[in-house]
Amino acid sequence: MSALFLVTIGIENFLAVGALLFALGFAIALSKRNAIGVLMGVELMLNAVNLTLLTFSRFSPSDRPVAGATFVVFVITVAAAEAAVALALAVSVYRNRDTVDVDKINLLKS
Amino acid sequence: MNGAGPVIGFWALAALTLVAAGGVMVSRNLFHAVLFLIVSFVGIAGFFVLLSAEFLAMAQIVIYVGAISVLILFAVLLTPRAGRDNGETAVFPAAALLAVALAAVFLFVIYDADWATITSSPDVSVQAIGDALLDIWVVPFEIASVLLTAALVGAIMLVRTPEEEAEDALA
Repeated sequence: MSALFLVTIGIENFLAVGALLFALGFAIALSKRNAIGVLMGVELMLNAVNLTLLTFSRFSPSDRPVAGATFVVFVITVAAAEAAVALALAVSVYRNRDTVDVDKINLLKS
Repeated sequence: MNGAGPVIGFWALAALTLVAAGGVMVSRNLFHAVLFLIVSFVGIAGFFVLLSAEFLAMAQIVIYVGAISVLILFAVLLTPRAGRDNGETAVFPAAALLAVALAAVFLFVIYDADWATITSSPDVSVQAIGDALLDIWVVPFEIASVLLTAALVGAIMLVRTPEEEAEDALA
């Protein structure tokens, strides 16, 4: 630890950045009032997960080292599809209700 | 991973990515939040380079910085009367507490566990990824293309106006 902690970069450092980024995205996704803000939090969480996956792919011993990178390709694909549909939903909700405020989209509330 | 280059690069990228992500949280203007998000995506691409995954770094720049950011900007611009406010709901204290607890658990596990690591970088070149995608993972690869088509059609269907639907019904 101490001085060596700053000059040697290991798996822990990358995982820590991924964990902090995930926690930040989590807080944003849970607390933002604008639906597009919520989606930005989700995108940050997906990026943090990709970073963690690639970290394990780079640092862990494996029989198939390319598996982690391939999985990240699929995560990026699904994230792109998810973003397109979620933003289309936001635009659709806006057309019907003139707002994307998640506090005001409460048609199911009794 | 030693040497001045990777170490300085790591800390610079960590600061850039996390500060930009914090900017998404604290900026009051939704438009500024999107710009901070783009900076954060670029930082992640830098991490991918640091992890010897150049192809994924390029894909990150093209897909996240290029496509998804523009998509989010379009969504912001297509909802003009909804306001540009990027404020929090009443659950913010609980969400922040939960996120801090989550980060604490993650960091404890990360620094407590004895990770088995290798020193040499594995082969994750474009050729290796391409071979894997069209060999072992060809079925998931095809399913992903079907998913993308479905998402494309679904997104177009969702944003059609009633007038456009009426026109299509006549045709």
